Amino acid sequence: MNFEDNAEEAAYRAKVRRWIVANKPDLSKLAPDQRLIWAEGHKAAMHAYQKAKAEAGYACISWPEEWGGAGGSQIEEAIFAQEEADAGLHLPYFMTGLKMLLPALLEHADNDLTRARVGPAMRGEEIWCQLFSEPSSGSDSAGIRTTATQDGGDWIINGQKVWNSGAQFADYGMVITRTDPAKPKHKGLTAFWLGMKTPGVEVRPIKTMAGDSELNEVFLEEVRIPDAQRIGEIDNGWAVVISTLMNERAAIGGSAGLNWPEMIELASSISAGEGTAMDDPAFRDWLAELYVNAEAKRLLTFRTLTALSRGEAPGPEGSAGKLIWTALSQDLASEALDQLGPYGLIDDPELSPLGGAFQQRFLWSAGIRIGGGTDEIMKNVIAERVLGLPGDVRVDKGVAFRDIPHGR
Amino acid sequence: MNFDYTDEQKALKDEARRFLADVCSTEKVRAVLDDPGAAYDEGLWARLVEQGWCGAAIPEAYGGYAFGYVELCALAEELGRAVAPVPFASSIYQFAEGVLAFGSEDQKQAILPQVTTGEVIGTVAFAEGPGTVEAGPFATRFEGGTISGGKLPVIDGIGATHAIVQAGREGGYGLYLVDLSAEGVTREPVATIDPTRGAAKITFDGAPAEPLGEGGEGCQQLAAIHDRAAILLAFEALGGADRALEMARDYALERYAFGRPIGSYQAIKHKLADVFVKNEVARANAYYGAWALSTNAPELPVAAAAARVAASNAYWLAAKENIQTHGGIGFTWEADCHLHYRRAKHLSLAIGGLREWKKRLTDRVEAAHRKGRAAA
Repeated sequence: MNFEDNAEEAAYRAKVRRWIVANKPDLSKLAPDQRLIWAEGHKAAMHAYQKAKAEAGYACISWPEEWGGAGGSQIEEAIFAQEEADAGLHLPYFMTGLKMLLPALLEHADNDLTRARVGPAMRGEEIWCQLFSEPSSGSDSAGIRTTATQDGGDWIINGQKVWNSGAQFADYGMVITRTDPAKPKHKGLTAFWLGMKTPGVEVRPIKTMAGDSELNEVFLEEVRIPDAQRIGEIDNGWAVVISTLMNERAAIGGSAGLNWPEMIELASSISAGEGTAMDDPAFRDWLAELYVNAEAKRLLTFRTLTALSRGEAPGPEGSAGKLIWTALSQDLASEALDQLGPYGLIDDPELSPLGGAFQQRFLWSAGIRIGGGTDEIMKNVIAERVLGLPGDVRVDKGVAFRDIPHGR
Repeated sequence: MNFDYTDEQKALKDEARRFLADVCSTEKVRAVLDDPGAAYDEGLWARLVEQGWCGAAIPEAYGGYAFGYVELCALAEELGRAVAPVPFASSIYQFAEGVLAFGSEDQKQAILPQVTTGEVIGTVAFAEGPGTVEAGPFATRFEGGTISGGKLPVIDGIGATHAIVQAGREGGYGLYLVDLSAEGVTREPVATIDPTRGAAKITFDGAPAEPLGEGGEGCQQLAAIHDRAAILLAFEALGGADRALEMARDYALERYAFGRPIGSYQAIKHKLADVFVKNEVARANAYYGAWALSTNAPELPVAAAAARVAASNAYWLAAKENIQTHGGIGFTWEADCHLHYRRAKHLSLAIGGLREWKKRLTDRVEAAHRKGRAAA
């Protein structure tokens, strides 16, 4: 049991830490509203930083050299991500492309046309988005109804995608379509990539209940793309989906934000009788529960790193991590507001503690239990993949997709 | 980075599991459960001694084998999984650790080699009635080389040969070593929710006792013993929780209702996924405790309380939902489910209940947080 890097890892960490310190953008020069993720100022600063990463060989550390990567190990990639998180750097713009989509693209469609997309993505010049979910294909992620039909050497795509993170800023997208509705659900899918400026692609931001508009709907109407932009075999798109999900699993993120220290500070700042809300035994009891869950989340990352350090695939602890983190987030926000009493209603950067961070968390924590695999799907994954329990009885198994019962 | 057992430790753990499957089947556990006269499984105890387990963390200078503390954690995990009916936790995690931490050189030399050989079975006697471990006053007193008063319950108090007893003295409390076969010591078995780990009411009436080491503040010393034990008990609970989840999973695969395995219903799948998540929370916190224990890290008090809280939560959920998953058969004496249900609560109460440990955890986390901020 130890948390220490081995000699090689320690040397690598020291090296990349120096590099990050020397190259990280100075956000303090930006206006406060421009320091936020997705603000133009933040995006431009991170783009410049990403370019420097690409030049130094840190953009795709664990990619093989023939793809333009550094040919490094997963643990090196994870160490770099840790050091970036510790330095307060957040670059969500490039993650979808570099961590999830492009590796799958290269795995299934390694040709000159796709290779040409790698350099610009590594330098942060081109941003990618995922065009997977649909109004009737959420947890049922193979229930794709967007169609692609062949027309000479081209494909014509029609349909609607939804919950596409950052699609309004994206240059390219990976889209999953149905090419054969006579085949069972998972069998008739085909993956493509396309430019987001292709005629017929329309992006409409969705305002979430938290007030932000990072998510989008994407409408695809008579979108014509060449067959060269097909990823993998016709009707074998599900394999591409699986590749992207596997890539997502190996990606390591830092978990910053509100946690037990903020709760201690908050409770200590609220007067209650002779003392503060921190003296309330019921709150202290709650805080103990929060702490063990927050610790588990922190420590599970070390379990994943241990696996990567050994050159192994991360174990099942990752699927527990999301459930722990999302439940903790929502519970923390609710408790913080409750501590504040009626004052907790106030969502005003001037009046609310931490500029309203607890109120923001209260709102967006409802979403993180849904995005990236709902609580219910995560539990199915644990039950089936980890515990080995059988899948539910399914009425869509072996049935042609077009004959599967569906709602509106 | 290796936040896990090493390959050697894994091999030790696998070997321990195979060994216990052979010598500590649930039939053996039930033999103790069903025999009102049995304090523990003496045959099993002898086998554990043969394997060297009792000396796993005792230094060679005191007759031990000094495998290491992470190794002891691995053994604890397997003993918990097997619901082993032996006084290992009392004698090794508490008594031996107490003698090691606070005993004089002479006391260590005299006692620890016999702990390793299993001739001395120790326990730590602190509770005197309902309530928290911390709350006093305690009526048991030490005066003029003898001890008088009573302790209830003392876990493994029937099987033990020796005890570290917390008792009042001039100006506070101390810890005292008592030979339980001495005159002035009366022991009666008390019925408990987990008869596989018998307990006693012990009455001291001028029983000979010697201060443990140089003496010191007994409540703080007891807390230090309990902190180390908390981590090892967390591993026992983790082992039990994993086993209870496996039992529920296995039953959910073999039991059919409405024409299909009950494990294919989301009501059962999601319940067992919840148990898995709680077990992972317990594992992460327990491993951190093992790291703190093996390195004597300053984080040990926080890590110990977190490991205990997380593991108590996990074993309780796993044990009760194992019965629920089994349905009616799970409620019978014949099914093994109640072995875990009983042991889960036993472990959760043994060195103070969950609420007391949650309070301790928050106290420590808050103190560490304030100290960190003051330093910054």
